[in-house]
Amino acid sequence: MTALRRRALLSAAAALSVPALARAQGAARLLVIGGGFGGASAAGFARRNHPWLDVALVEPQPRFVTCPYANLVLAGERRMEEITHGYDGLRARGVRVIQDRAEEIDPVARRVRLRGGETLSYDRLILSPGIAIRFGALEGYDEAASRVMPHAWIAGDGAQTRLLRRQLEAMPDGGVVGLAIPANPFRCPPGPYERISLIAHYLKRHKPRSKILALDAKDAFSKQALFQDGWNALYPGMIEWVPLADDGRVVRVDAREGVLETEFGTRHRVDVGNVIPPQSAARIAVASGLTDATGWVPVDTRTFEARAAPGVHVVGDANIPGPMPKSGFVASSTAKQAVASAAALLRGEAVPEAPYFNTCYSHVGADYGISVVNVFRPNAEGTAIAEVPNSGGVSPRGDLPEQRRLEARYADDWYASITADLFG
Amino acid sequence: MRTVPITARITMPASARKGEVVTVRVLVRHPMERAANAPGVAPTPRRILHAFRVTYGGEEVFRMDLSPGVTANPYVEFTTVATESGTLVFEWHEDGGAIYRREARLDVA
Repeated sequence: MTALRRRALLSAAAALSVPALARAQGAARLLVIGGGFGGASAAGFARRNHPWLDVALVEPQPRFVTCPYANLVLAGERRMEEITHGYDGLRARGVRVIQDRAEEIDPVARRVRLRGGETLSYDRLILSPGIAIRFGALEGYDEAASRVMPHAWIAGDGAQTRLLRRQLEAMPDGGVVGLAIPANPFRCPPGPYERISLIAHYLKRHKPRSKILALDAKDAFSKQALFQDGWNALYPGMIEWVPLADDGRVVRVDAREGVLETEFGTRHRVDVGNVIPPQSAARIAVASGLTDATGWVPVDTRTFEARAAPGVHVVGDANIPGPMPKSGFVASSTAKQAVASAAALLRGEAVPEAPYFNTCYSHVGADYGISVVNVFRPNAEGTAIAEVPNSGGVSPRGDLPEQRRLEARYADDWYASITADLFG
Repeated sequence: MRTVPITARITMPASARKGEVVTVRVLVRHPMERAANAPGVAPTPRRILHAFRVTYGGEEVFRMDLSPGVTANPYVEFTTVATESGTLVFEWHEDGGAIYRREARLDVA
């Protein structure tokens, strides 16, 4: 080995071990806020495809608990450890992971203030902060109430999922599990119905005289026919779904009394209550003035820059991406486009054109899977997104046990593959 | 005129102060069939609730014409001013002449 080659290898090794410091001088700084499906995708994608970028990721949790597959934890089919992922994979790719909470963005000065007191400067920001629960939107449902009737809709450190699981385990046979389900838009449109299914899966085996009462602020939902076929096949008589038109919208919660009260005054007493409340973009997006009257962040549909703050690319559940669902897969797919756009804009190049993808599996039972796939494209002006005609589809209806069994296994592979992409 | 049963839900306060603005929400179960006549589809006549009227103490306080573009299970919210104790009468007029009626009492102090 020549001395020159050897020196090059040594400096490469040094760059790997102290990447941020080694690159800090002069390298363009891409700051990523949020270490979930959007943020982790963005950070990893940036390091793989644009190694000239200095990439830092700000995330308060030391490990990320996924919402996908959390319903299988509720069903007792997975353990929390199996849906918990650390950031060592991203560190190994050269991402500087900062364990802190980003409080506010100054998009003019291009600075972010952290709770710990530090201020970070950036050239381009990828913001993937997720959602906030709109406590107070349902009368009586505040943070204290969520410790009695969990929402389990923001995984955080997993406490909400664990609480709901413990309550299901403690409920006597013959009890009623009540769910309050919000109007659109909200995180993971099929999520409440997968949750109903997998709670039913647990109850059928352990507490077969129990019931599930699902009070819904909508008259229709994602993959509805497929879910309801599955409920009839697997859990006949166990699930009562009450749509908006039958007074399904919960407006008031009495967590202490175990009551979900609907708009037209019906008080439903439940043994375990899971309140999935109305949501908005996470607090930092609101505090930084990025949201509009909807509570979500309007974005340029090609670059994902916030309308209110060019240079701040907002991806994941916090934005309003036209017809795209608030799913982990969309967060990951659009995060990559946001990074590619940010990199192009930093180099004065044209923003790349790309389609966006959604793949969403739901478990109706542990061995019964269904799915929906969509392909989306932005328009040239960056003002809208449309589904590409004839591009996607949903699982066929009918008595297809082999297809359902296979789709449950495809879902496992989907989970392994996307979490490897994010955290591996 | 015939009056037949229909699933309708009304929510409003049972009592109010004189002059108070009262919010009334009304949800009715109805398919709002807008008619179908296309190749391969069984022809279906139009049957919608085409009008919704509300009187309060005999006086009309809310009126709405509904078109075939209105969703199934129409949900209406309106406000009225509490003037005196009395009955609100809610009437839905259906194609074919049926009228569905509900009443709610408002006590004004």
